[in-house]
Amino acid sequence: MPASSSLLASSRVRVWEWLLWPLLLLSPLIFPGQALIINEIAIVALFALSLDLILGYTGIVSLGHAAFFGLGGYAAGLLAKHLTGDPLTGLVVGTVVSALAGAVMSLTILRGNDLTRLMVTLGFALILYELANKLDWLTGGADGLQGVTMAPLLGRFEFDLYGRTAALYSLSVLMLSFLLLRRVVHSPYGATLMAIRDNRLRAQSIGIPVARHLASVYTLAAALAGTAGVLMTQTTGFASLDLFDIHRSADVLLMLVIGGTGWLYGGIFGAVVFKVLQDVLSGITPQYWTFWLGLFLVVLVLVGRERLVSPLSWWRTSGGGR
Amino acid sequence: MLTILFDGIAYGMLLFILAVGLSVTMGLMNFINLAHGAFAMVGGYITVLLMQRLGLPFLLALPAAFLGAALLGALLERTLYRPLYHRPHLDQVLFSIGLVFMAIAGVDYFIGSSQQILQLPAWLKGRTELGSGAWQLGMGHYRLFIIAVCLVLTLVLQLILSRTRFGSRLRASVDDQRVAAGLGINVNRVFLTTFAVGSGLAGLGGALGAEVLGLDPNFPLKFMVYFLIVVAVGGTSSISGPLLAALLLGIADVAGKYYIPKLGAFIVYTLMIVILVWRPQGLFVRQGGK
Repeated sequence: MPASSSLLASSRVRVWEWLLWPLLLLSPLIFPGQALIINEIAIVALFALSLDLILGYTGIVSLGHAAFFGLGGYAAGLLAKHLTGDPLTGLVVGTVVSALAGAVMSLTILRGNDLTRLMVTLGFALILYELANKLDWLTGGADGLQGVTMAPLLGRFEFDLYGRTAALYSLSVLMLSFLLLRRVVHSPYGATLMAIRDNRLRAQSIGIPVARHLASVYTLAAALAGTAGVLMTQTTGFASLDLFDIHRSADVLLMLVIGGTGWLYGGIFGAVVFKVLQDVLSGITPQYWTFWLGLFLVVLVLVGRERLVSPLSWWRTSGGGR
Repeated sequence: MLTILFDGIAYGMLLFILAVGLSVTMGLMNFINLAHGAFAMVGGYITVLLMQRLGLPFLLALPAAFLGAALLGALLERTLYRPLYHRPHLDQVLFSIGLVFMAIAGVDYFIGSSQQILQLPAWLKGRTELGSGAWQLGMGHYRLFIIAVCLVLTLVLQLILSRTRFGSRLRASVDDQRVAAGLGINVNRVFLTTFAVGSGLAGLGGALGAEVLGLDPNFPLKFMVYFLIVVAVGGTSSISGPLLAALLLGIADVAGKYYIPKLGAFIVYTLMIVILVWRPQGLFVRQGGK
């Protein structure tokens, strides 16, 4: 087999993917009663995908990715409240706002080590949280932004109470973003991102413009996180401080880790597992479900993240981890 | 104005005691431990419970908080933390955040989610005022007590680090683990002791701060950011770095909340980002080193 086709083989669309996506898109019609949770899963899956781009593919540890999620959400909410209720306009505006913020913040993640990046991203999310909290004339403060009413999608499909339009809308955006990301990570650009993740110094010395790539990928990830935030506000008709919460950043990190980093489906599978788990556990113990979440995290790390994703390795005796 | 400065210093000293353990363990083991605040919370709850349920005097409850948190720290270090020292930072972050979640839900379950109130003894309740007008200095006795305790602790820590054999072992291990181990230093035991003492100090800080900072199950998450700021800004290679960073943070926070309450914690976070972008390794790093 020539080298080019063996390289391309890894990025080919598999048979099961042709089956999976129609199934996902039809799921709100198959389970109309579950449309609301399907919608939520699609949104957090998109959010997890955007984190995967910087964490899994580029190796930037971020504990404040919710900043862009919330920014997109509030931007869309304010637009719908004061100017126009058209969902697609909101989608574009929210995404652009987050992308701009991402471009500015990307300057802060170029230097330093993991701890510095962790602190800077976390700090940015906290600043936005404080801002949204204190600027109550604009954002409604702790009460959240109320009175967001959306016009029908494409002028035809009303957002109904059962969330069918919402779920279809979110799933379509998720699929389009997935296709975009798929193209990105399999391009030469994506390959250089992984080179940066694996060894930054070496990547720099073979002529990869590390700083420029870090900045551009961070901007792209911020834009997608903003898109997810927009979907959240538009489909729930509400934006609250919860969008910026540190819990949200931690949750999305967890989803990604459950599904596996550096793998586009990781975000989606992780989001499904996490949301279902959350639904079940918080049904049993509403107040203390974070305990089980924490226990799960601790066990997950002690057992080893890689081994959870590939069950075959459970029976192999190994030194544990890398 | 002087009062604000005074309160800021007291707050900063408290933050230093809370965070110094984190700074040493992070420098020593390169381990990002987000669960440090959980040990502080344990210390705080030990004090409050001992005083409420058993009626122990405040001064006896403080060492108990230190011991309790230190024992817990030693136990966890030996069982859970040690396998993770050489794992990627992402694993460490996930693991310690998991611990925080468990601690929060656990305390919530056993003790309840309400704010705990610490009954101070009468001799710590007063307030002394000096001077008048803009230069008036009002010193709460409890804050004076905090400053005194923290100063003594800082001096003792500095002496231990610079004058004793354990201190030199510790510094050698921080500088270069492998060479230190090669010279016959039992690095694992140094780690264990340091981790336990650091957790104990956090517990003591949590006990001292229960009255000032407030104590409820969300404590570890609420103050995690502050500890991390102290460590990230102060650097991990000395004691004076985190001390100065903690004082700066304390004064900036108190002054910010007093003068511009609208902006709240905004100032502190902005300051942190600016400092970290300007000097990613922290403000006070030794030249050379790693």
